[in-house]
Formats: sequence, C-alpha cells, structure tokens
Amino acid sequence: MTMQTALALAGLAVALALTSAVVSLLAKRVPATLRLVATPLLGLAGLAALAAGLAALLLGGSIQATLPLGLPWLPWHVRLDALAGFFLLLIGVVTCAVGLYGPAYIRSFEHGPDSLTALGGFSGLFVTGMLMVVLADDAFLFMVAWELMSLSSYFLVAYHHEHGANRRAAFLYLLMAHVGGLMILLGYGVLAAFGTGFSFTELRAAQLPPVWAGVAFTLAFIGFGMKAGLVPLHAWLPAAHPVAPSHISALMSGVMLKVAVYGFIRVVFDLIGEFPWQWGVAVLTIGSVSALYGVLAAMMQSDLKRLLAYSSVENLGIIFIGLGLSLLFLSTGFRALGALAFVAALYHCLNHAVFKGLLFLGAGAILHSTHEHDLDQMGGLLRRMPWTGFFFLVGVLAISALPPFNGFVSEWLTFQAALQSWQLESGVLRSLVPIVSAVLALTGALVAATFVKVYGIAFLGQARSRHVRRARPGPWGMQAGQGWLALLCLLLGAFPTWVIELIDAVPREVLGGGLPQAGVHGWLWLTPVSAQTASYSGPLVVLMLAGIGLTAFWGLNHLWARGAPVRWVRRGDAWDCGFAPPSQRMQYTATSFAQPIRRVFGLLFTIDESVTQQEDGTARHRLKIGDRFWGWLYLPIADAVESAAKRVVRLQSGSVRVYLGWTLATLVGLLWIIT
Amino acid sequence: MSLTLLPLLQQLVLVLAAIVLFLSFVLLAQTRLISAIHAFAWQGGLVAAVTLVVAAAGQMPHLYFSAALTLALKALLIPWMLHRLTRRLKLERHTESLQSPTLVTMAAVALVIFSYWLVLPMIQAELTFTRNIVAVSLAVVLIGLLMMVFRTQAVAQVLGFMSMENGLFLAAVSATGGMPLVVELGVAFDVLVAMVLFGVFFLQIRESIDSLDVDRLNRLRETPGETGAEGQ
Amino acid sequence: MDHYLTLPGWGLAVFQSLLYIALAPLLVGWVRKVKARLQNRHGAPVLQAYRDLYKLLAKEARVAHTASPLFRAAPYIVFTATWMAAATVPLLVVDLPTAAIADIIVLVGLLALARVFLALAGMDVGTAFGGMGASREMMIGALAEPAMLMAVFTLTMTAHSTNLSSVIDHHLAEGFILRPSYLFALGGMVLVAIAETGRIPVDNPTTHLELTMIHEAMLLEYSGRHLALMEWAAQVKLLLYGTLIANVFLPWGIGRGMSAAALGVGLAVVLAKLAALGAGLAVGETVLAKMRLFRAPAFLNLALLLSLLGLLSHVILEVGA
Repeated sequence: MTMQTALALAGLAVALALTSAVVSLLAKRVPATLRLVATPLLGLAGLAALAAGLAALLLGGSIQATLPLGLPWLPWHVRLDALAGFFLLLIGVVTCAVGLYGPAYIRSFEHGPDSLTALGGFSGLFVTGMLMVVLADDAFLFMVAWELMSLSSYFLVAYHHEHGANRRAAFLYLLMAHVGGLMILLGYGVLAAFGTGFSFTELRAAQLPPVWAGVAFTLAFIGFGMKAGLVPLHAWLPAAHPVAPSHISALMSGVMLKVAVYGFIRVVFDLIGEFPWQWGVAVLTIGSVSALYGVLAAMMQSDLKRLLAYSSVENLGIIFIGLGLSLLFLSTGFRALGALAFVAALYHCLNHAVFKGLLFLGAGAILHSTHEHDLDQMGGLLRRMPWTGFFFLVGVLAISALPPFNGFVSEWLTFQAALQSWQLESGVLRSLVPIVSAVLALTGALVAATFVKVYGIAFLGQARSRHVRRARPGPWGMQAGQGWLALLCLLLGAFPTWVIELIDAVPREVLGGGLPQAGVHGWLWLTPVSAQTASYSGPLVVLMLAGIGLTAFWGLNHLWARGAPVRWVRRGDAWDCGFAPPSQRMQYTATSFAQPIRRVFGLLFTIDESVTQQEDGTARHRLKIGDRFWGWLYLPIADAVESAAKRVVRLQSGSVRVYLGWTLATLVGLLWIIT
Repeated sequence: MSLTLLPLLQQLVLVLAAIVLFLSFVLLAQTRLISAIHAFAWQGGLVAAVTLVVAAAGQMPHLYFSAALTLALKALLIPWMLHRLTRRLKLERHTESLQSPTLVTMAAVALVIFSYWLVLPMIQAELTFTRNIVAVSLAVVLIGLLMMVFRTQAVAQVLGFMSMENGLFLAAVSATGGMPLVVELGVAFDVLVAMVLFGVFFLQIRESIDSLDVDRLNRLRETPGETGAEGQ
Repeated sequence: MDHYLTLPGWGLAVFQSLLYIALAPLLVGWVRKVKARLQNRHGAPVLQAYRDLYKLLAKEARVAHTASPLFRAAPYIVFTATWMAAATVPLLVVDLPTAAIADIIVLVGLLALARVFLALAGMDVGTAFGGMGASREMMIGALAEPAMLMAVFTLTMTAHSTNLSSVIDHHLAEGFILRPSYLFALGGMVLVAIAETGRIPVDNPTTHLELTMIHEAMLLEYSGRHLALMEWAAQVKLLLYGTLIANVFLPWGIGRGMSAAALGVGLAVVLAKLAALGAGLAVGETVLAKMRLFRAPAFLNLALLLSLLGLLSHVILEVGA
C-alpha cells in the first residue's frame, strides 16, 4: 500500500460521511433510512478513516494534494501525514463504534417529535467536518472545516430543543465556539502576516519575532483550549455534551475534543515550531488546573452524562499536562524527553477517545433502556443489563488508570516523563514539575473515587426506581459498539509497545525524533527511557492477573471444596449487622457517596446545602452545587456585554431618518479615513 | 556540589535545616497554642543544633557561643515565657484553626519555591556547602510572615515573628558563618526585650478589649466601618 | 535488564511471592501479640491468624440474594492484585524479574485496582454500611495515593529510576548518606501506610459494628472463603507496606545475588526489620486513639506535605545547582 492509497481511503471516508448526510434527507419520508443506511454509512466512513490512519502511521512520510475547490487564488490543500493519520485513526475508532451502536439507539427516536433528517444530516456533516479539519493543509480549508464541525455539532446539541435548558446549553456552546473560532482565525492571521500565504507549508516557513510568536501561541491556546474545554473556558462543555443524543455525545467528548488537541499540536508544535519554556509552564499550569478541577466537579455531579462531560475536562487536562511537559523539555533542548511526553499525550488522546466513547455509549444504553440519567434513581443494573454492565466496568477501570487497562499506560508514561525533570537545568522548573505530578496523582485517585461512585450507584446495589427495576438489556448492535471499544481498552493496555511503535511515527515527523528506546527489549517490555530507569510489561501483568486469579478461583472452588462438609455457597438475605432487611431507600446515593470529598474540597465550589423540617415531620434535603468560575469569569463578562449593549441601545430611536443620518455620518467618516 | 560528596557532618546540617523548615509548616498549621509553642521551642533548639554542627564542621569557635545563646534564648527562655504568659492569660486550651489550612499550606509551599528561585543566582555564585540553606532560611522567614498574616491570635503572631527571627539567624549562620558577636548579642537582647514588651502588651490588650484576637483591634481605626472584619 | 531475566531469577521470584502470602498472617499475629502484651493481656498466640484463615476457608460462603456476580469475583481480584503488587517489592534479594514487570507506579496502580474492587464489592449488596465504607475508603485512598506517589518520587528522583530493584541497588552502592528528603519521604510513607492498611488512628482493625468503621464496613457481607481472601489480602498489604519501608529506606542486609547465604541473611535481616516495625506499630496503636473521620484529611495532608517537602528538599538541598 502506498500513501496514495491511504489518501484515497481518507477521501473515501469523507465521501462516505457526506453521503450519509445526504442520504439522511430521505429520512423524512422513510424513517428507517437513517437506521438502515445513513448510520451504517457513517460506520463505514469510520472504518475507512481507521484504515487510512493506520496506513499513514505505518508507511510514514506524507502526501499532499490540491482540491479543485475553494477560492480562485486559494485552492484547498489537503495533506495526509503521520500526525493527521493518528487523528484519523482516532476519529475512525470511535466512529466505527457509533456506526455499530447508532442504528439500535436511533430506533427510539423514530417515533419522537424531533426531525430524523436533522439528526442524520448533521451527524454526517459533523464527522465530515472533523475529518476535513485533520486533513486540511491550509488555514482557509482548516477554518471552513472547523466551522462546519462547530455548527453541525451545535445543531446536534440543540437536537432535543423542546427543553429550554438544552437551548440555553446550545446557545452557550455556539457563542463560545465562535469566540474560539475567532481566536484561531486571528492566530492564523498573525502567522500569515509573517509568511507568504495561507497554506501550512508557507505558514511553517514564516519567521516570527518572539513577541508575535507569543501572540500567535496565546491566540491558538485560547481558541483550541476553548474547544478542548480547558478550565476556565470549560463552562459550555458540561452543559452541551450531555444534552446531545448519546452516540453524538460519545463523538463530541471522545473525538471532537481531540480535534482541538490536533489543532493545538498542528499550530504550536508544527507551524510555530520553536518555543520558549514559559509556554510549557503556561500549558502545564492550565492542564493541571483543568485536570484537578474537572475531576472534582465530576465527583459532585449526580447526572451521569454531565459527570462524564466534566471528566472529559479532566482528561483533556491530563493531555495538556503531557503537551506542556513536552514543550518544556523541547524548549530546554531535551528532544528525547520531549518526544516521551508527546507520545504520552497522544496515547492518552487515543485512550480517552476509546474509554470516554465507551462510557458515553454505556450511559446511552442506560438511557435507552430506563429513560433515566440521574444516578440517584439507578441501581442494580449489572444484573439487568449484564453485558453493558461488564463493558462499562472495563471503561471505569480504564478511565481510573488501573492496570492492566489502557488509561494506566498513558498515565504511567506521563509520570515517567515528569520524573525525568531532574535533568532540567533550571532549579525552579525542577521543583515545579514534581508538583504537577502530585496534582496528576491526586487527579488519578479522585477519578477512581468518582467512577467507583458511578459504577457502585448505577450498576450495583438495588434499583432505586421503577423504570430501572424494569430495565432490559439493549439490542445486540448497541452492545457490539460497546464491546468493540471495551476490547480496545484491554488491547491498548496490554500491548503498549506495539501502540507506541505505531504512534512513534508522529513525533519522528513533528519533532524530528521518536522514542527509539521504547521497544528495544522486545514487544514484552516497555522501556520508555531505558531498562534501568523503568520498565512495564503489559502482557505479563495481564497474564499474571488472569492466571493467579483463575487459579485461586479454581483451587478454592473445585480442589479445596472437594472435602467440604457443607454446601459451598448459600444464598440468603443480606446480613447488614443484623438490622432489618435493607430496602433500596437505605442505600448510599451518589450525593451521599460524594459527601466526604465534598466536605474536603468544598471550597472550590459554591455549595448551597440545607435541610428543612417539613410540617409532616419528614425532613427535606436540598443541595445545589455551582461552578465558581461562573461568578469569577462568565458573569462579569456577561454583565459587561449587557451594560455595553444598554448604551448602544440608545442609538435605536425608531426614526428611519436618524438611522440614515448615522449611515451618512459613517460613510463620510470612512471616506475621510481612506483619503 | 552534590550531596554525596559532602562529609557526614555537613549532611547533618542540611538535614537539621530541612527539619527547621518542616517545623515552620507545623507552626503554621498547628491549631493548639501550647503545641505551637512547643514546636517553636523545637525549632529554636534545631537552629542551635545547626549552629553547633556548623561550628564543629567549619572550625569556627565563636559559633559555639552563638549556639549556646540560641539554645538558652530560643529553645528555653522564650518558650518558657510564652508558656507562662498563656497560663496567666488562661489560654492553655486555646485552639484556633485556619480558615482553609490546605490553601495556606500550599501558599507556604509556593513561598519555598519562590525563595529557592530568589537565591538561585547566589547559589550558583558561591560554593560553600551551606549555600543551599539560604533558600531554606529565607523560606522560614517568609512563612513566619505568612503565619502572622493568617493567624488572628496575638500569641500565635508572636510565634510567627520569633520564627522569622529564627530564619534570619539560620541565614546568617549558613551564609557567612554567623554575625559578629556584638551584633548577635544585640539582636538577642532585642528579641528578649521584644518578648517582654509583647507580654506587657498582651496583658494590656486583654484588659482593655477582653480578647487577644487581633481582628478586634480593627475597631481602633479612624473611619468607622460596618463590620469589624474589614481591616484598613 | 536481561541479566536478571534468568530461570533461577524467575524461580526465586515465585518463591519470594509465595513467601509473601506465607508470612503475611505471621506479621499480623505478631502485631496483635505485642499489642496485647502492651495492654497487659496475654493475647492470642502468634499463629492465631493462620488458624483463623484456615477456619474461614473451610466454612461455606453465604452470599446475599441481592449480590451480583461482581460480589463473588471481587475477593479473587482483590487478593490477586494485592499479591501481585507485593511480588514487585524485593523481600529477600534484589534484581528479580518481578521488579522489571512492574515498577513502583504499577505497584500503586495494582493497589488502587484492589481498592476499587473492594469498594465496589462493598456497594454491591446495597446496604447502608457498605456504601458508607466504600465512600470513606475512596476518600482516604484519594488523599493517600498522591502522598504515597510523592514519597516514592522522592526516592526515584534520587535513584533516577522507578524500578524498585534499581532504587535499592542505588542506595546500597551509595552507602550511608543523610538525606533530608529521605527523612521526609519516610515520614510521609509511614503515615500513608497507616492510613492505607487501616490502622489506628485512621481506622480500627479490631472494630466491628461501629459507625466509625471503614475497612470492616465493606467486608460485612462477606463470609467463608471470600472473607478469608479479603482478610488475607489485607494482611499481605500490611506486609507489603512494612517491607517497602524496611527494604527501601533501610536496605542494608538485603541479598544481592542468588547464593544461599545471601538468601539466608536476607531473610533473617528482613524478619528482624519487620518485627521491629510491627512492634513499633503496636506501640503506636496502643498510645494513640482513633481520630474522627474528618480529622483523617488533616492526617493525610500532613503526609502529603511531608512527601512534598521531601521532593522540595531533594531539589533545593541535595542537587548541585
């Protein structure tokens, strides 16, 4: 296979996604089109993107093409290289799962009030947009694709528009996406001002003075950071992601955020290419704050999809910690260490796409089966939906960074990169980086607590409401989608050496050097720096965990039990210290589970909690947890905009002649300026 | 110069200095007044020990005298006076918790890094083994000040002040092998007088406003405010 | 790396891992015995912990109607993960293949895996006690884990390796050096060990049917061999932390090389060190009272602060500028 074929496959992916959007137009007449044709087409597009990405990573090198579209003096350029290939792969993995999962999930919308055409059409355009962003090789096409992605996802967020809250979330999303888009556009503008044109080749060649490079970096960081949901620009994310249909939430959280990471890498690492260490510190700080704040906010939530959305803020924080470390090492001349942190960040991108996609699909399966998104109403779902429960457990273990799953490997790599900070020359950086790794460790432990809460409350215990008691396992298609991602969680964790060999093409291309050490001792041993420094054997850990566990199980239940005088397992009521048989209302809820942590970290949130005694003697507990950043950042801006608008409103007098007078004044003013 | 190349006595100095820094954190976060006084006494004792070891390691005999003076004054006399004072003021069981101990501790950690950053150029210029301690002593001084900012209880503020003095002394011993004897005696005398003055002051404050909460002194400002919590 | 991936190496690794599960009840019995003597009681024999385990293993297991399959799988997973974590800590000799499979970050990860399944099992039956224990355990774990990693990072920054064998090798090669950072890391590690193994003042290992219980609350519904595995895992965890403290901070005496003499000396020395640590633990548990639950964060903050100061003093005081 050559790069030509890879590019053709990528083109095929785009074409399939577009076709899926077009076919959806028929859904108004024949609702089944969406389920039987459009969504499978989307899955095929994912498969093609996956193949294209794999090919690009394996072959190395890059290929460019010019499309006969665009402006007369600025045709659209596309380019497939290792970096684009990696993100194509990532988009493909999740889109495949969505293609498997979607048909069964959409079925419940066929009798709903909302337009199926809109759902299918915008889903197709959304995937098209993401694919095109990654393939774009000039600022113009990039921005067009970026806006296509933002706009189509806006319509998907607003899909269930009959709820006011959803419309507000969608509006906030649209607003922030556009401010972010503007920042990115300005960033490209700064780059282009010092270059000869808008294609990435020309932007890459631009020689920027340090100050303007800083401006371009800041604009790109704000713009892409806004899309990636970094604190404090995260407010739209927990509002918007949960309200889209679940398979779209999986795409938004799993993939679209990564496209923002792609943009950041493309602009900062590739186009700008040279950076001072301060940028690294800035990215590192924002990343740490996002990681910690994201997971704490997630811990406070009781709405499953909202919790998952906050957890995306946290994971993007971890990714940016990796990127920040990479910037820091690269700017101080440690190319190999920079590549290590870079690979860790990319690995986490892929991992997060897989497990967050899996978890959103699981949340969707629960929603599909019980129409419930509040954790406090769930319970006991593992026995009612065993496969979903099992796959969700895999996702929970992966996101909690537990060995032997994939989340652990990327966090391990990030730690290894941070631990190499002793090589840095500046003493302050040497003491700062370990503190970041402390934040990372705290984050990891809190994630585990958060997802124990999720799994324990939703899948274990007893059902807390009638709907949940009647839950049924979903159709096989939905389970297959989850199963595919769960399998990837295990494989990406068990064979890190192969994954890194695959990813290694990206730092080799972008940074000019990869991780030659990683697989030097064979596929069994992952040694990112050297065998002396650290090693991890994913396959052996899996083998030993499974081997010892199964041996113990078999030994105790078969060998040892042979001489047992009594029955070996007896079912009975729960003991619970001999109190009355527990009812489902006596269980811990999500809110009560989070209480100790809420108490320890309460300072970071606006918590309004009260218990009032009712007239009939019962007590009522009320809890409202707010995001402090609203008060610190968003409300002041909103107030400022509003008061500015109030001043401007005086212009509106209602008289047409006054308006014409303003027009005349403006015209005269402009003419005066240009002469 | 890396730690592994230093003789054992000099390593001991570093260990002791690090514990002095740790005791600053203990002072900062300790809620019980009596325990805080004990922590302060330990800090004084450790500073004396550092002086002693520096004297032994560097053959600087005049430091033996400083060590003895520090031990007598910082580890014994002043803690004893504070003890007596708290008993007279009936504050033995007094506890006071910070508003958000974690944030204050994190601020103190940031101050440690900041002081390290400040003294880095100096460290690179000098090459004596005690040079790194300057960062530690500066941090002790800053944390003492931080303690005075965040503690509302007057006796705790005095502890903060005294631990600042410990930090300065540590810096003097480690950077230049101690101050001239005259200066040192003067400083010691000053500290002692300050301690006596504080004692008298406390009794007076207590009599006039019936509390040792320094936030209550806000009332004394010229322009009246709505609440007592607003300082000027 | 290849020099210790040899067949005798693997054999020794298996032997050492088995030694972990064999010795774990002994340490617990020893601590109980010392504690009893300190409190003027005779106490149960040191070997009582083995008899308890045997008795539990021979009893039938009772499982609640409301329990899911996870409830029955959890003891095996908890036991396996804890055991594997222990296997990576050098007990008798350094340079075993297990240390290469999993470094110290993996060790923390495996312990976290065990903790997550323990907490999930606690929530599975759906009783109030189980949820309570799980919630508290996860809070304490969330605060203890960063402190532990920081303490560990202090060591690994000195040795420039996260491989425990390399860390110990490095210390032995370096000889006796007074490091302020080690002192702090040791303090942080001891506090973390106390919190993680559920000892006084964070949790009371002898408690039962109290609103203050943490570890015990999650095990309430277990019986028979499931309970035996859970208890055994807790004992292995105690031994693991003890060995970690004894062999990493005071590595002298650990065997280097595979000779019988090295093994014998290694065993004798590590037993002596563990006996001393166990006695220390018993003294601590006798003189201290259990804290309120919401004092535990302050306790763990102290651990985190100690570990952080360890790192900082390493950077500030120990590395040449």
